[in-house]
Amino acid sequence: MSKRIVVDPITRIEGHLRVEADIENGKIKDAYSSGTMVRLLEEILRGRDPRDAWAFVGRVCGVCTSIHSLVSVRTVEDALGIKVPPNAELVRNIMYCALYMHDHVVHFYHLHAMDWVDVVNALKADPKKTSELAQSISKWPKSSVGYFSDVQNRVKKFVESGQLGIFANGYWGHPAYKLIAEVNLLALAHYLEALEWQKEIVKVHAIFGGKNPHPNYLVGGMACAIGIDDVSGINAERLAYVQHLMEEGQRFIEQVYIPDLMAIASFYKDWGAIGGGLGNYLAYGDLPWNGFGDTASYKFPSGAILNKDISKVHDVDLRKEDEIQEFINHSWYSYKGGDNVGLHPWKGESVINYTGPKPPFEHLDTTQKYSYLKTPRWKGHAMEVGPLARVLIGYARGREEFKEVVDKALTDLNVPVTALFSTLGRTAARGLECQLAARWGMDFFNQLITNIKNGDTRMADTSKFDPSTWPKQAIGVGYGEAPRGALAHWINIEDTKIANYQLVVPTTWNASPRDGKGQMSAYESSLIDTPVADEKLPLEIIRTIHSFDPCMACSVHLYDEHGTTVSRIQVLGD
Amino acid sequence: MSNEIATRKPPTYYEEVQNKGYSRRDFLQFASMMAAFIGLESNAIGQVAKAMETKPRVPVIWLHFQECTCCSESFIRSSHPIVADILLDKISLDYTETLMAASGFQAEEAMHNTMKKYKGEYILCVEGSVPTKADGVYCMIGGKTSLQILEEAAENAKAVIAWGSCASNGCVQAAKPNPTSATPIHKLVKGKPVIKVPGCPPIGEVMAGVIVHLITFDRIPELDSLGRPKAFYSKRVHDTCYRRPFYDAGLYVESFDDENAKKGYCLYKVGCKGPSTYNACGVMKWNNGTSFPIQSGHGCIGCSEENYWDNGRLYDRASSFAGFGIEANADTFGKVALGVTAAAMAGHAVMTNVRKKKLIRTLEDEGKQSEQELKS
Repeated sequence: MSKRIVVDPITRIEGHLRVEADIENGKIKDAYSSGTMVRLLEEILRGRDPRDAWAFVGRVCGVCTSIHSLVSVRTVEDALGIKVPPNAELVRNIMYCALYMHDHVVHFYHLHAMDWVDVVNALKADPKKTSELAQSISKWPKSSVGYFSDVQNRVKKFVESGQLGIFANGYWGHPAYKLIAEVNLLALAHYLEALEWQKEIVKVHAIFGGKNPHPNYLVGGMACAIGIDDVSGINAERLAYVQHLMEEGQRFIEQVYIPDLMAIASFYKDWGAIGGGLGNYLAYGDLPWNGFGDTASYKFPSGAILNKDISKVHDVDLRKEDEIQEFINHSWYSYKGGDNVGLHPWKGESVINYTGPKPPFEHLDTTQKYSYLKTPRWKGHAMEVGPLARVLIGYARGREEFKEVVDKALTDLNVPVTALFSTLGRTAARGLECQLAARWGMDFFNQLITNIKNGDTRMADTSKFDPSTWPKQAIGVGYGEAPRGALAHWINIEDTKIANYQLVVPTTWNASPRDGKGQMSAYESSLIDTPVADEKLPLEIIRTIHSFDPCMACSVHLYDEHGTTVSRIQVLGD
Repeated sequence: MSNEIATRKPPTYYEEVQNKGYSRRDFLQFASMMAAFIGLESNAIGQVAKAMETKPRVPVIWLHFQECTCCSESFIRSSHPIVADILLDKISLDYTETLMAASGFQAEEAMHNTMKKYKGEYILCVEGSVPTKADGVYCMIGGKTSLQILEEAAENAKAVIAWGSCASNGCVQAAKPNPTSATPIHKLVKGKPVIKVPGCPPIGEVMAGVIVHLITFDRIPELDSLGRPKAFYSKRVHDTCYRRPFYDAGLYVESFDDENAKKGYCLYKVGCKGPSTYNACGVMKWNNGTSFPIQSGHGCIGCSEENYWDNGRLYDRASSFAGFGIEANADTFGKVALGVTAAAMAGHAVMTNVRKKKLIRTLEDEGKQSEQELKS
């Protein structure tokens, strides 16, 4: 007889997520993932100026901040046939890399680490041994005995105060924690360091976009004009500032994040066989080297992998109506054609229909509808999106940069390639692509300098900024790879206004409820067979859920009923 | 944690500082930096130092409702004080879904422990709006609606901080047609001081500054008639903008990335909402003073103003939405766009504008011409 446990709220994520799991003989037998907050932004967007959409949808998420705005301007540019100047593409890419650097580091240390690191156990560590350990795995300078004893003393005083703040009621002492005390102390010290570090790398967004969170974007390019001879423009001082931030950021990732990731992973190799889930992976690709239309130039290639078969990568087309579809069998919505149809976003419908229990409640009826997330499918398959999908697709496509970092990590940990299909693989992939993003960020920066040196200072194409130049109707799709996975927006413009705006976001792919055929999505599937040592302390559950880096505010949307397809005026190249 | 530890008297700020090996001189320097930061006269420094020597860390419960977590993200961007120091030394952040170690039952238990143990003592921070439509089912946590959670947590809170535009005015989800009836906190919490810290998000150092003010003086900062701390929301972005002289001289960016954009002219004509926005962006800037939207070439979108999503399109110049603009009547501007109380506060600015209005209008018409003249 299984027992149902509920974890709600799942913390250290963006937004509101609830997991219900059935446990039998110390293992999860069945699991249900539910998004419990909705804002209905698509309905709010209707009738607005398409050039404003980036600001609205940017507010979908302040954690993966900027990525919705970026995908939104791509969407409108696709609809209106605007090609942005190369410098604007480069600035967007540099900001994108800065986002990855920030977001993945914060996820690792501040959202995920406490699933692996026992903070209280760090108080038992020997600072001298911690220092030796730190120096053996990295040349990061903050590694003296004094440094680690200061951190330890500070946290000790904090614990002794009796006010444990964010560490209160953690799962300290849980048998699933396997790190030695010195690694716990190392990670705790870097938790605090990373907290201070993260506020620096986002200054790249402030320089180009004016602020972070929620930097500004612009349809047609970027607003930060290059004014190499003016104090107000992007000049040598601003560029030197960006270079400094990117280099320092890369140093932290190479010398702190990656060594810590590998050190911690080496104690948890058993999690290389837990939490794999679906085995189907999807990425749309991103980081164009030669313009967004040139999909072959993307640093992150697109594709789909089925059943863990990395010998074959399938192509993906976001415009084909039989590829990406959304279902509502277990979602609090209703469709005109009934609950069993799947709709491509361009034909989406909108009626929200909460049929769950009246709050306050103890349990959801998971045989019925149980989430505000719809259930997206690619050619009928449930797909996992995110760092692991991107890294596997890059690896399977034979990209050298991916092979280099992946093979090195596998060798260092002495695990087979199949260990990637797991909770540990997901967490490791995030670090590896962060390492790549930091390198690529410098490549894009150097190219920007080269362009300016060669006299190209264009930052925006405003020839189609005036709505009077637009066709009566236009339709577009913009896409990219958010830190949490494949992201796409679809727009339908009529009479210069938004007639329909739709988003299918990474966490909707991963966290959605099951479909009409009973197929689970990634979260639910990955929890099956996970061992749970103490059902009152759900550490193992949040460990796997956190390996996806949930972003719930992103994932809950509502499509409107006007999703009719009109003539497409431009198709992205390939 | 054992009960023994839990009952030990929490150390004061001064004890914390001593424990960390700092001298009283260092401590006073730190206190004066904080005092300077929150804009106090030097004679108040002693008060800051005394307050921190004698108080334990203030318990804080930070709730998340309809939001995007940009406020939490902005808060951790604060550079003075840095967030690690806030969390370890200044406050006891006992509940926040973004950072806390515990999940589920243990998370809720931590919140309830604080609500019981520090009844009437804890600060309640709210990030996000509360959807009131459909009996509140559009935001549920732990099987309860956000409204139920807010009511319970607010009951014994000492003060309430409404972080960001979501909690202060509903922000994007309250934009027309506000399908979930997203409601700001001050409309739901009665009989408690509610400090509104609007912005999408607010500047990190502003958030830290509000916290520092509360724990230092043990009282809420002075608020304007809209409930915002005067320290950060009493000046228009327009009046503190370094590009203001170009506005006064009638020199404008005509379209993005034009020659005037490269020279950093005023962004008024490409939609800057600085003239109707009260915030500290022009003075404090963002991300430890790195930049702010106007400096990076995009107009202010007015994100700290009520209903800013419905106050005209982003790229329409301010004059083309109702109630404000140099073409509009100054009285209309005061009463309609900003409200009578705000107008009183901004009296000086408005009057200045009235006087300048004719000049500016002429200059705008002749903008191109003046530019030519300046060039020659």
